[in-house]
Amino acid sequence: MSAVATRTLLSVRDLHVHLGQSHVLQGVSFDVPEGGVTALLGRNGVGKTTTLRAILGLVGRRGSVRLDEEELTSLPTHRIVQRSVGYVPEDRDVFTGLTVAENLRLAERDAESRYDLVYDLFPDLKTRGGQRAGTLSGGQQQMLAIARALLNDNRVLLVDEPTKGLAPALVAEVAHVLERLAELTTVLLVEQNLGVVSRIAQGAIVLDQGRVVHRSDAKELLDQPGLVRRLLSVGHAA
Amino acid sequence: MSTFLLLTITGLGLGAMYFLIASGLSLIYGLMGVLNFAHGAFISVGSYGTWWFSANLFDGVHSILLRWLLSSLLGLAAGAVFAGLVELVLIRPLYTRHMEQVLVTVGLSIAFVALLQGIWGNDPKPFVVPAWLHETTTVAGAHIPNDRWVEIATAAVVLASLQLFLRRTRYGLVIRAGVENRAMVQALGIDVRKAFTLVFAIGGIAAAIAGVLSGVYFNDVSPDQGTNLLIFAFIVVVIGGLGSIGGSAVAALVVALTQQYTNYYASAGVGDMVVVLLLGLVLLARPRGFAGAVVGARA
Repeated sequence: MSAVATRTLLSVRDLHVHLGQSHVLQGVSFDVPEGGVTALLGRNGVGKTTTLRAILGLVGRRGSVRLDEEELTSLPTHRIVQRSVGYVPEDRDVFTGLTVAENLRLAERDAESRYDLVYDLFPDLKTRGGQRAGTLSGGQQQMLAIARALLNDNRVLLVDEPTKGLAPALVAEVAHVLERLAELTTVLLVEQNLGVVSRIAQGAIVLDQGRVVHRSDAKELLDQPGLVRRLLSVGHAA
Repeated sequence: MSTFLLLTITGLGLGAMYFLIASGLSLIYGLMGVLNFAHGAFISVGSYGTWWFSANLFDGVHSILLRWLLSSLLGLAAGAVFAGLVELVLIRPLYTRHMEQVLVTVGLSIAFVALLQGIWGNDPKPFVVPAWLHETTTVAGAHIPNDRWVEIATAAVVLASLQLFLRRTRYGLVIRAGVENRAMVQALGIDVRKAFTLVFAIGGIAAAIAGVLSGVYFNDVSPDQGTNLLIFAFIVVVIGGLGSIGGSAVAALVVALTQQYTNYYASAGVGDMVVVLLLGLVLLARPRGFAGAVVGARA
């Protein structure tokens, strides 16, 4: 890897989150290098989604989150996003009562939004502009959620389980889109599908019970089935 | 037939006021999850503001119509400013603390009535409006008070303006999205707090319009007028569907017409009871109200 590619873009240090009585994140620390895809892995309920939400300030947290040396934890969510941090949430969270075009218009942040790129990747969204997002299929809603983030020039994109609940054909399509995304920006990806991870991720961070328990190259991790089973309790489905 | 027509038009006039109050309440709850019990104070700011400006600032204006219009405009501005300040000063610091918000708005509601009583007393204040507003127009044998037409027309204009604002402007888009999922709006880089203040100000203007029209409807303004109207506006909001302007409009007409018909054809006072029964039935059959609005995550 080149020196530029390994420069740390996002740095998370000693991140703690309490949700109700639960101490969900217990001092999470990791770095995300600039460029490429870093996968945030772990079993269900270990704090992956909470980590992304904590980076964005969507949940109360303690610790440090730095983007290019700028501390983000003192900023409200919208200011963090305005620092060119994009977010594709778990369960899509498209606005079902708005049309596809309105969902995209709402996401416009930059002076020149990248509609050409969005419609090149997702031509369906152009033809369905007047359709209510709530009437789209799950796969189309996922495309819309990704398109909202693609519309702007993000320095880092937080993507939460983009293939969750999708049919196998759509999973391949989403993986292809994520590959294109990775050419444009740095991606921190929460993903359960290890086939997708092995295809697109360079780095891997594994969480367990609110702590980071493993950091390595994604390939290095996935090449050790025993370690994968121990850390993730799943087989490697390539 | 003429009696039925009179009841219908009067009911529509009352429904217009309910809608004006309920629209702001509904948007505020839909977007922010705030049950604003202080909304009655916004109504009173409109009615008392208009009365005060008319009696003190524009008392030299000879044309009653011009005097009423000018003082009403300032009354509406006062309603918007007051509502915006309530959001900034009282609601914003209690962002996610809904119980405290309820306590603050209930407290403000009670304190504001006491403040009005303390300054201007309990007696109703006469509302000076053009005489033609209290004259009647005969339609199919029914003598309809002219103010009913003004109330209905005003509510129709407010409804159309709100719909245009919500559907055609960037802030309208933000509000509609925020009603569905406020956290996601923030996650798109939008400062949703600006929308909060705006929604409060819009609610304040609509409530102040209701205050002005209630002064015309009842011929006077009194300290507890706003609070009395608020009870039925809350029922309208729940029946219409939280966060839905269209649902509030339909529910306001249903509630007001039900009250009018029942009070006349059954017995005076029965209308209020029937409206409460209607509320119970709607909640059982459609817990999300007529519009079935999905009020989303409020992280």
